Amino acid sequence: MRAKYVLNEVLVGLWRNVTMTIAMIITMSVSLTMLGASVLMYMQVDQMKDYYYGEIEVSIFLREDVTDAQREAINQAIEQNPLVLEKTYESREDAFKKFQTLWKDSPDFVKSVTPESLPESYRVKLKDPQQYQSFADQIKDQQGIQDIVDQRELLDKVFKIFNAIQVFALVVAGFMALAALLLVGNTIQVAAYSKRREVAVMKLVGASNWFIQAPFVLEAVAAGLIGAILGFVMIFLIKVVLLDGRLQALTNILTPIPSENVWLMLPLLAGVGAGVSAITGWVTLRFYLKV
Amino acid sequence: MIQLENVTKTYPKASRPSLDDVSVGIEKGEFVFFIGPSGSGKSTIIKLLLHEVAPTRGKVVVNSKDVTALRSWKIPHFRRSIGCVFQDFRLLPNRTAYENVAFALEVIGKTKAVARRVVPEVLELVGLGGKEHRYPHELSGGEQQRVAVARAFVNRPLILLADEPTGNLDPDTSIEIMRLLDRINRTGTTVVMVTHDSNIVNQMRRRVIEIESGRIVRDQARGVYG
Repeated sequence: MRAKYVLNEVLVGLWRNVTMTIAMIITMSVSLTMLGASVLMYMQVDQMKDYYYGEIEVSIFLREDVTDAQREAINQAIEQNPLVLEKTYESREDAFKKFQTLWKDSPDFVKSVTPESLPESYRVKLKDPQQYQSFADQIKDQQGIQDIVDQRELLDKVFKIFNAIQVFALVVAGFMALAALLLVGNTIQVAAYSKRREVAVMKLVGASNWFIQAPFVLEAVAAGLIGAILGFVMIFLIKVVLLDGRLQALTNILTPIPSENVWLMLPLLAGVGAGVSAITGWVTLRFYLKV
Repeated sequence: MIQLENVTKTYPKASRPSLDDVSVGIEKGEFVFFIGPSGSGKSTIIKLLLHEVAPTRGKVVVNSKDVTALRSWKIPHFRRSIGCVFQDFRLLPNRTAYENVAFALEVIGKTKAVARRVVPEVLELVGLGGKEHRYPHELSGGEQQRVAVARAFVNRPLILLADEPTGNLDPDTSIEIMRLLDRINRTGTTVVMVTHDSNIVNQMRRRVIEIESGRIVRDQARGVYG
């Protein structure tokens, strides 16, 4: 009987104030979508860092007029350097082959380039990619070096952009969450006001506090859960329609987002949505429904 | 049954206390009137007994429980042993007489089956047999107050508190409500009634405690309004 009573009160409560309920659900779902996207991005960036930093190389491009002796000296210097894990030599022809496969979709562009226009280089993997600076310092005085490029710097720039997007999503999620909280609080106050007579009688005859508060809190929790499900659906659609569909080229450069990570967002968003609503609802009631 | 020991209650921002060092004891089964002018502090006594407010100083004992020391989560359960009736009835307008009384049972966890058994019984007792399915606006003031009494009494409380229960009723109806409260008192229920209706006090000839400016100025076993 009591469960049925409480459930009925929740449904009636959500319906009685339906515009506010919808506002609450929308803000909640947008906030949770942002949160989910930002958590996914965080996991993604982590994964990409692992992947790319493992592949990272320091490229030592040689001058066009490098002599055989200079090349040999550089080779020696790299070989003897204790920081080096492995090194490969890339001749102009190798570079050209790579270039051809990389740009195979634009044959005109490939035609305009000859092996002579590409520099030869040493590709060096360091034992610890963080040690780039000391390695560069030790090697840069060798004759015949055009440029030393650390891919890590490039990657760091990319990751900085990701971080910025992530922070932005979190900030938006935060503001939306604040709006959602205020809406939850307000909705519960309105609900408590419209049921003030019932609440007064319940207090008078000694209904327990949880029994008085449960319908209000559950109302907020239900809205939070619906918001979480909508947020999850949005993330799922973004993944399926945008990342796996239209923007597939982009997803191939980045590492693909695994489906299990996306599914992981469902319990996360549901938990956050329901938990936050419940706590806000309960706190509001403590101020609003004094015993 | 009820014991106030040196109770002082000062509301925040009030210049003088509503109750000032009041001590009084009420035995089980008594019928007691608290009388006095408006603002004398008599309604504060009801609030203290229900633990709607806590005393500033002193001790309030109800049903041999020290209300002042009661943990807040125990208050709801404590209130189930007290019935309460007010001047403004406090019925739910969108529920019938039956539903109003049944609501009081259901929200403290009694089943619908229990309600079906005891609600008609108590409505019969207050003289509303046959009017169970009327809404409050379809009932007269006296009948509405009877519903309120039925709701207060349906749990068979040990104490019935009545805060100016006849304040909104004409003299004849008031007397009917008083007969009802008297009947309830005869079942062994302690009745505490706050009023300034001199007719009623004079007719009932029960214990009268007069309060003025927060102090007891008279406590008489078979008193009149004075």
